[in-house]
Amino acid sequence: MQTAECIAKVTDSYDLLNVMKMIRKTGTLFLICSTVIFLIGCSGPTSWNDPYPASEAGQNILYSVFTERPKHLDPVQSYSSNEIQFTAQIYQPPLQYHYLKRPFTLIPATAVNLPTVSYYDHNDRLLSDNAETEAIAYTQYEILIKPNIFYQPHPAFAKNEGGEWLYHQLSDQDVAAVYTLSDFAETGTRELTAHDYVYQIKRLAHPKLHSPIYGLMADYIVGLRDYAVELRNAEHAMPEQETFLDLRKYALHGVKVINDYTYQIRINGKYPQFIYWLAMPFFSPIPWEADLFYSQKGLIEKNITLDWYPVGTGPYMLTENNPNLRMVLKRNPHFYGESYPEEGMPGDLENGLLNDAGKPMPFIDEIVYTRERENIPRWNKFLQGYYDASGIGSDSFDQAVQLVGQGEATVTDEMAAQGIRLETTVAVSTFYMGFNMLDPVVGGTSESARKLRQAISIAVDYEEYISIFANGRGLSAHGPIAPGVPGYRSGKEGMNPVVYEWVDGEPKRKPLQIARRLLAEAGYPNGIDLKTGSPLILYFDVVARSTEDRSILDWMRKQFQKLNIQLVVRSTDYNRFQDKIRKGNAQIFEWGWHADYPDPENFLFLLYGPQRKAGNSSGSSANNAANYENAEYDRLFEQMKDMEVGILRQEIIDRMVDILRHDSPWLWGYHPKDYGLYHAWFKNIKPNRISNNNMKYYRIDAALREQKRHEWNAPVLWPVMLLFFVIVGSLWPAVLAFRRYEKSAAIKSVEPLST
Amino acid sequence: MPSYIIRRILYAVPILIGVNLITFMLFFVVNTPDDMARMQLGVKYVTPEAIEKWKVERGYDKPLLFDGERDGLRKITETIFFEKSIAMFVFDFGQSDDGRDIGFEIKSRMLPSLAIALPVFVLGLIVYITCALIMVFFRATYIDFWGLVLCVALMSISSLFYIITGQFLMSKLWHLVPISGFGAGVDAVKFLILPVIIGVVSSAGANTRWYRTIFLEEMGKEYVRTARAKGLSEHLVLFRHVLKNAMIPILTGAVVIVPLLFLGSLIVESFFGIPGLGSYTIDAINSQDFAVVRAMVFLGSVLYIIGLILTDISYTLVDPRIRLS
Repeated sequence: MQTAECIAKVTDSYDLLNVMKMIRKTGTLFLICSTVIFLIGCSGPTSWNDPYPASEAGQNILYSVFTERPKHLDPVQSYSSNEIQFTAQIYQPPLQYHYLKRPFTLIPATAVNLPTVSYYDHNDRLLSDNAETEAIAYTQYEILIKPNIFYQPHPAFAKNEGGEWLYHQLSDQDVAAVYTLSDFAETGTRELTAHDYVYQIKRLAHPKLHSPIYGLMADYIVGLRDYAVELRNAEHAMPEQETFLDLRKYALHGVKVINDYTYQIRINGKYPQFIYWLAMPFFSPIPWEADLFYSQKGLIEKNITLDWYPVGTGPYMLTENNPNLRMVLKRNPHFYGESYPEEGMPGDLENGLLNDAGKPMPFIDEIVYTRERENIPRWNKFLQGYYDASGIGSDSFDQAVQLVGQGEATVTDEMAAQGIRLETTVAVSTFYMGFNMLDPVVGGTSESARKLRQAISIAVDYEEYISIFANGRGLSAHGPIAPGVPGYRSGKEGMNPVVYEWVDGEPKRKPLQIARRLLAEAGYPNGIDLKTGSPLILYFDVVARSTEDRSILDWMRKQFQKLNIQLVVRSTDYNRFQDKIRKGNAQIFEWGWHADYPDPENFLFLLYGPQRKAGNSSGSSANNAANYENAEYDRLFEQMKDMEVGILRQEIIDRMVDILRHDSPWLWGYHPKDYGLYHAWFKNIKPNRISNNNMKYYRIDAALREQKRHEWNAPVLWPVMLLFFVIVGSLWPAVLAFRRYEKSAAIKSVEPLST
Repeated sequence: MPSYIIRRILYAVPILIGVNLITFMLFFVVNTPDDMARMQLGVKYVTPEAIEKWKVERGYDKPLLFDGERDGLRKITETIFFEKSIAMFVFDFGQSDDGRDIGFEIKSRMLPSLAIALPVFVLGLIVYITCALIMVFFRATYIDFWGLVLCVALMSISSLFYIITGQFLMSKLWHLVPISGFGAGVDAVKFLILPVIIGVVSSAGANTRWYRTIFLEEMGKEYVRTARAKGLSEHLVLFRHVLKNAMIPILTGAVVIVPLLFLGSLIVESFFGIPGLGSYTIDAINSQDFAVVRAMVFLGSVLYIIGLILTDISYTLVDPRIRLS
């Protein structure tokens, strides 16, 4: 049956009565559908696309996201940024960074004041504060903590009326109905003491835990390495059914409790940067009760461990732990009431950052972190008001940000109309391209190799890179130290004279002619190796890139092509890439570094000779991927690292940076800028990448958010109706044909037989 | 039948060992135990001692497949392959490399995966078979022609496109459903509407065409002509006779994937933030967690074998002429 024929038959069978019945049935169906849709739409206070339960509407809750599931929430093991965003809100190390002051300033957290530092010689005699570094055998930090700080409610502290622990000796029967921590009926608390801080420092050497800083701290904390051996032996001697290694029984020589509120840490030599570690979760308190509680076999078998259920004294406590879906932090009812800072930097007052000065924190009752693996849902939920803040992916950059005036970034009109604002900050990070200094072509200290590296440094235009590939979100680097870190210099005195010249009040990359001249002086005129007469070919080792990143590699080839150097890209997986770097088999590579603390030592050690990766017995813990070595630089580094911040230290840093610029073991690359978008209802935002315990400072206007969500998310129903009509309309002729066919006679007429 | 099933289960053992061995070799060609340790311990400040300690604790310090320094059976039993594989045959998946119980994770993630896969499967079957029957009923008319065109068009579009377009239209533009997420109990329904619609639509082209072909083949058979000759209406011919006789090829395709529904979908779960087994597998691959990858591949193989056995059994149910022996 052809189409026209079918339609003709349908039309032929047109029966007014049937059509009327059909319309009535269809109309009834449509009415039912519309009513159902309408009733669902009017059934609750939330929008249809609201991903949160209706009970959360209008609540004082901050909505955030996480991309990767955290691996560790035990502060002795956790290090990644996706873990520290939780642990920093729960645990309280003795120190923290001032939220508003720049450069970053350490202030007490649970400590009464900054630690008292004293120096001792080899005979344990006290030295003066300005003693020579060589004379200092030990440095002692004495920390006094505040009284009346209490832990969050937790079953590990629960006792019965007789004062006996309720959950310290759980049988199989006791844990049979336990699946999460909230299944324990009783909780308790107790006051924070210095013992808990010491207990945690001991845990750095626990044989069953893998603290990423154990290797580093074992070099400094007196006796930590021997303590690890002692604990290992003690663990081997434990009966098999015993699972709790009670660290209180084993003394650590370098760490001592003076009284319930005072403890001392003694480190080898002088290491002024140690104080920064005291602001990290590694040095948070852990109560022995929690360690014992979580060491019980029945709980370990049910994944109820300290690595998964933190217990701290901080402003928030983890109440829902589903790293596949969402993590929820709620206000710790025992938090001791820290106040919002009363002083900040110029401009903070005008920006409303001091509106809450002196008020008790935290301001937000609950923080809901939802796991979002993909950018598209994350971005759209932010635009719909379901996330309070968002980063900006390259896909949505043009939609979110525009450049005005002198290249100043601001939100687009569309974003501004939604009340969204942009906050930017330069990360304490650097992305660089390194030369392997062991390589016979680009490495070494010969004049030829140095000029080759300098020529390439000029040719690779990182300003263009930042503009094209980072949407302008970066600052060209003139050395290894990131802005915001003491020792960093801006302006003319911070310019790298090897690559730039000062023109009209700003650094300008030197012309290519200079790079070509340097190349010729290096023995490669116009990119031809004079020794062999062949074109110069260099190898760029990178981690396997997606197809989207090919344009970056093409761009990089073109930069080298400016000097007629052929760049061969050797793409590999991350494991093999790391292996090449460790063995010193790469020639040119790219890498990045995010500082652990705001001190130039944390950048300059990346080029310290004994830290070289290749051939280093300390293996992965070495961080000098370029294998750079310079005797003067190394000597200055050793001198600088032990010095207090001051003019003399700055002079040494300047000299070190000059040496680096001259030797050019890196193309200095760029320091990335973080761009963040925040809704109008999100207050007290001063972004930074050094301190992580920022949630307690934030405030939310939940009523405004609720109002905006309703405005922005009214359901649009006409497409559903349209779709319904299209489906019904297209099937209608078929239905009619079917009915006609079903009712038709098998034989319509019988021709009389001809005789 | 019981002896047949027992025999099939016994056949499965060498298959599972083979699958396990191939997975093991493929994984360790790309990742060494040192790489796995570095991935778990992080990049900064990791010492060789820490790597060694991590390997010893998890048994990755042993030879991969064969230990020449041991005697007798211990040459094979004291290897990573043997120690990591043998427990799986009693479904003890052990712990992931970051210390979490894999069995617990699988149990908790199976339901979210099933919450999408089951409606997609059931609704899909109903929609595809209905559409195919309609096209067969109206064969050689404009409905059949444009239905086929639509099927080809649907087949030609990437599933990623359906997801992105669906999220754009339904969630971003029309605000009808949440763009991603998941909830417990009844709350989950609003999160499932979009992925289920997309799951059904994205497979509609290929499946409808497949079922149409099956039905058309049946329509040409003599029993259909007989049914019509005895005066049965066309819909009775289709639903009572053609559908029943077309069940074997339908079952071949459908029953075999029923057990695999537990494993979830990699892309859909990732885009819609569903905490299922698909996203668990992707996470494990990204974090080089061999314990999880191995467990998921093993589980997939077991479920596939179960699916094949169920298919065989279902043949006997729909076609009395078939006997398992």
